[in-house]
Amino acid sequence: MARKIRVLVAKPGLDGHDRGAKVIARALRDAGMEVIYTGIQQTPQMIVEAALQEDVDVIGLSILSGAHMTLLPKIAQLLHEQGLDDVLVVAGGIISDEDARILMEQHGIAAVYGPGASMHDIVKFVQEHAGVERDS
Amino acid sequence: MELADSLLSGSRRALARGITLVETGGTPARKLLSAIYARTGNAHIIGATGAPGAGKSTLVNALALHWRRAGKTVGIIAVDPTSPFTGGAILGDRIRMQPLSGDPGVFVRSMASRGRLGGIARATGDAIDLLDAAGFEIVIVETVGAGQGEVEIASAVHTTIVIEAPGMGDDVQAIKAGILEIADIFVVNKADREGADTTIRQLRSMLTLGSARHHDWTPPILRAVAMREEGIGEIAAAVERHRAYLHGGAQLAEHERARIAREFQLIVQEAALERARAEVGAEAWEALVQRIARREIDPYTAADEVLARAT
Repeated sequence: MARKIRVLVAKPGLDGHDRGAKVIARALRDAGMEVIYTGIQQTPQMIVEAALQEDVDVIGLSILSGAHMTLLPKIAQLLHEQGLDDVLVVAGGIISDEDARILMEQHGIAAVYGPGASMHDIVKFVQEHAGVERDS
Repeated sequence: MELADSLLSGSRRALARGITLVETGGTPARKLLSAIYARTGNAHIIGATGAPGAGKSTLVNALALHWRRAGKTVGIIAVDPTSPFTGGAILGDRIRMQPLSGDPGVFVRSMASRGRLGGIARATGDAIDLLDAAGFEIVIVETVGAGQGEVEIASAVHTTIVIEAPGMGDDVQAIKAGILEIADIFVVNKADREGADTTIRQLRSMLTLGSARHHDWTPPILRAVAMREEGIGEIAAAVERHRAYLHGGAQLAEHERARIAREFQLIVQEAALERARAEVGAEAWEALVQRIARREIDPYTAADEVLARAT
């Protein structure tokens, strides 16, 4: 049997607006993926620990609070410390083009989606990039 | 085997990878399981089942916190249903298990049922073995939201806890066959709600009708409010009593034998299917399915042919 794509969908930080995260979780499920949904107010440590235990290929992070330049690099750093460099990290939320560029170029975030992003594009990106760097 | 060695020496990463491997199945999975098998058999394995919304995840979380305070390590497998239409799943049990986050004595793994209808996944038994071999003293399996037929859990674990909430059915629901028959312990959760006494009364009167499964163990009926961690100590004590009961006589040996018999049967089924598929080839297999659909051949004869080729 082919390995299923496993995705962790989480909301780091303190904002409680999780509709976007739920819509994404549902779309990924409908594309045949297994989505571990951990809910709101997750610390970077909780997210990375969950990613490790659940052995996910992808982490999808939704941030609307504006704290993305603190939280996303912290998550990337913790993933690296745990040896989880092969996990694809995708972010969504209110993130400026300039911040998005820095996150992708300097912190290993694979893609950043803002308002108006097409669900189809997000699902397609995840399907094409999930697990490609995995050795097993 | 490198992965097996890392898993046995306590690597959480190796354990996580190992569970993915057994979920995928095939030869690498079998190699891993055979390499760790001698180190299994030490954990006490608990099943938690009940209807959707009865409070399974919250109760599992509260029990795990209780056992952690007592110094025991806890592995959790939380099963949620796979969509029969897309093959995808949303696994949401971790939401209620946040208080366990960051504790190195706990390992939580979400698992999709992947088409199995018994309340657990095909690989749940294998994942139990991996957690057991990795040294977790207690392993808790939370089933998908279960109704009257999801009874497979009972043969995969030592102690089955059936969780009910008030107001979910009349007394005829309580005497039907199904998950009520597999309970070693009943928990009426959300016991601060109206109707808890009625639920307890109904369960008690059902139990007086007798149990097909046990002769000398009467399942206790316990109240809990898992959200506030009320009644958890009593449930843990009942689990301990049940464990002592199993160890006291021939029960545990018989239970283990039945559990292993079931696992063994599944392993043989899977290996036979895999070998048959490999022998026949994907295209011929599909062609056979088409012929059956056109009623040119019946599925029983086709199965005999395929198995004859694979041996």
